[in-house]
Amino acid sequence: MDLTMDNKIKIKSNNLNVFYGQKQALFDINLEINQNEVTALIGPSGCGKSTFIRCINRMNDVIDICRMEGQIQIDDKNIYDPGVDVVQLREKVGMVFQKPNPFPKSIYENVSYGPKIHGIGESKDDLDQIVENSLKRAALWNEVKDRLEEPGTSLSGGQQQRLCIARAISVNPEIILMDEPCSALDPIATAKIEELIDELKKTFTIVIVTHSMAQAVRVSQKTGFFHMGKIIEVGTTEQIFKNPTNNMTQDYITGRFG
Amino acid sequence: MTKEQRLKKRYSAEKRFKAYGIISVCAALLFVGILVFKVFSEGSGAFVKTAIQLELDLSKEKLNLPEKPTKEDFENIDFYDFAQQHILKIYPAITTKEKKELLTLFSSDFEYEVKDFILSNKNLIGQKVFFKITAASDLDQMHKGNYTRDIPEERRKVSNFQLKIYDFLLKENKISKIFNNYLFSNGDSRNPEIAGIGGAMLGSFFSIIVCLIISFPIALLAAVYLEEFAPKNAFTDFIEININNLAAVPSIVFGLLGLGILLNVFELPRSTSLVGGITLALMTLPRIIIPCRASLKAVPPSIREGALAVGASKVQSVMHHVVPLAMPGTLSGTIIGLAQALGETAPLLLIGMVAFVVQVPGTPMDPSSSLPVQVYLWSESAERGFVEKTSATIMMLLGFLIAMNSIAVYARQKFEKKWI
Repeated sequence: MDLTMDNKIKIKSNNLNVFYGQKQALFDINLEINQNEVTALIGPSGCGKSTFIRCINRMNDVIDICRMEGQIQIDDKNIYDPGVDVVQLREKVGMVFQKPNPFPKSIYENVSYGPKIHGIGESKDDLDQIVENSLKRAALWNEVKDRLEEPGTSLSGGQQQRLCIARAISVNPEIILMDEPCSALDPIATAKIEELIDELKKTFTIVIVTHSMAQAVRVSQKTGFFHMGKIIEVGTTEQIFKNPTNNMTQDYITGRFG
Repeated sequence: MTKEQRLKKRYSAEKRFKAYGIISVCAALLFVGILVFKVFSEGSGAFVKTAIQLELDLSKEKLNLPEKPTKEDFENIDFYDFAQQHILKIYPAITTKEKKELLTLFSSDFEYEVKDFILSNKNLIGQKVFFKITAASDLDQMHKGNYTRDIPEERRKVSNFQLKIYDFLLKENKISKIFNNYLFSNGDSRNPEIAGIGGAMLGSFFSIIVCLIISFPIALLAAVYLEEFAPKNAFTDFIEININNLAAVPSIVFGLLGLGILLNVFELPRSTSLVGGITLALMTLPRIIIPCRASLKAVPPSIREGALAVGASKVQSVMHHVVPLAMPGTLSGTIIGLAQALGETAPLLLIGMVAFVVQVPGTPMDPSSSLPVQVYLWSESAERGFVEKTSATIMMLLGFLIAMNSIAVYARQKFEKKWI
């Protein structure tokens, strides 16, 4: 692996603690995520990995009872500073959800919505270009180019998820968060998305939450293991799956619990 | 108990349950059937009226017109005298009493019917034409078979002499049933044969429009704010409870509110559909807020997240995605709320829309009645002619309600099907 250029740190969390009401969900999370790499977060259900990635684009802000302490820095700037605008942050940090959630609008409108509200692409031609590029990069263009006016919800599950990826990259983010993007998909659709992730990491920094350890091995360069709201072990994917230093990690990846 | 016995018991319980269900549905249908049958059998007569054919001699001598009549000459015609002369010709009446009885077989408006006919058909001057004049309500009811003639004269509305004329006219084929245009064009009247629900329909229409204009935007904004933006705390809980309470408040209370505030404090004109509409809007607001909130709540949170994740602001995610998706529900909720308002009577009684209004209203600022209030007014009238009019009004009201509710169902299905 090329270590010389890939080691620039893009996202850094410092002593991140998150609470849902009285219940603490994350304990002192310290994690560094490298630029143009895929970082996989694994761990049993309810371990806090989804909570963690939802902190990176401040998606947890919409939950009333959610409270956080500590810092998350993107490019050395704390995104929880009072001066940070959430809308601009989310333009920079896109997200793909567990269940494909295309808008019940046309395929074209699904992809053009982000650029439109951010004022990217002044003319119709610009927008057409952005939609085409985004769909091409999401490996969906050839399947939908003749039916851009059809509703996004008419696509198959795997196509819908790629549409959501196209929607996320349409606003030129720097980071893409993926919260178990393949858990609702069949193996063939999953393989397509994984192939896509490999391609996308050349341009974007990707954080992916996954339940499938095989998937983590296939797509990621770095892996973090979460358990009970704490981060147990972080390392290169190769190291975590071949030589875990922690017994719990060892037990989890060999399927003894989780 | 053996297995077979249990099985038998379960099957018979299921059969019984099914039977109960069918019985309840049949009972409900029976009541609807009785209502519809009663209203239709009573009210269908009101859509036609009895008319008596007269032969009018429109010669210039009879009309007292000069050779080249001017507009003024037409206005100076004594139409009452002209019409009366022709009416008295159809049957020999000698005494003053007989003449009066003959004249009262015709609608009290016969003079104006003849006038309107002549003034709008000036090209017929000089010819003899046949013209149908609306019959008085008593003859109308007799002809429709609602009065029996086998009772002594003093208990009958139609005298023996009038009966003789009636039989004569029947034999001469001069009595016919024609479409009752007055029912839809006229306002209220003391004379059943010229009373109509035109004024009440327009009054109801204006009220509902005012109600829609006021209640829909306020209700939608309130619902959107409460559902999407308001913090969840004790105060918003308090508001929510009160909205639910308001929706259950008897409508007459809103009438009192309209009377106390709109008429007494703001001194808005009494008996107008403007005030009626505002009062109905107060009543309808909570009834629209509740379904609007429910349909907003039904929009999946993943849509909001999807919009937020591409960098839409909270307002953008709500306005671009959540509200349009909730539209079928909000629209049908609004229409059903308006349909309830259309049938509402009590609040309108209190703000004076129960007045006897002959003029058909031209604007929401004119005094007017409304359909349900017209039902109430006519159901209290003694004349037999108003009975069928009451039922006809109920038919129109039911027709509008069914139409509005069908639109609500249609709107919901059409917009929901579009994407899913």
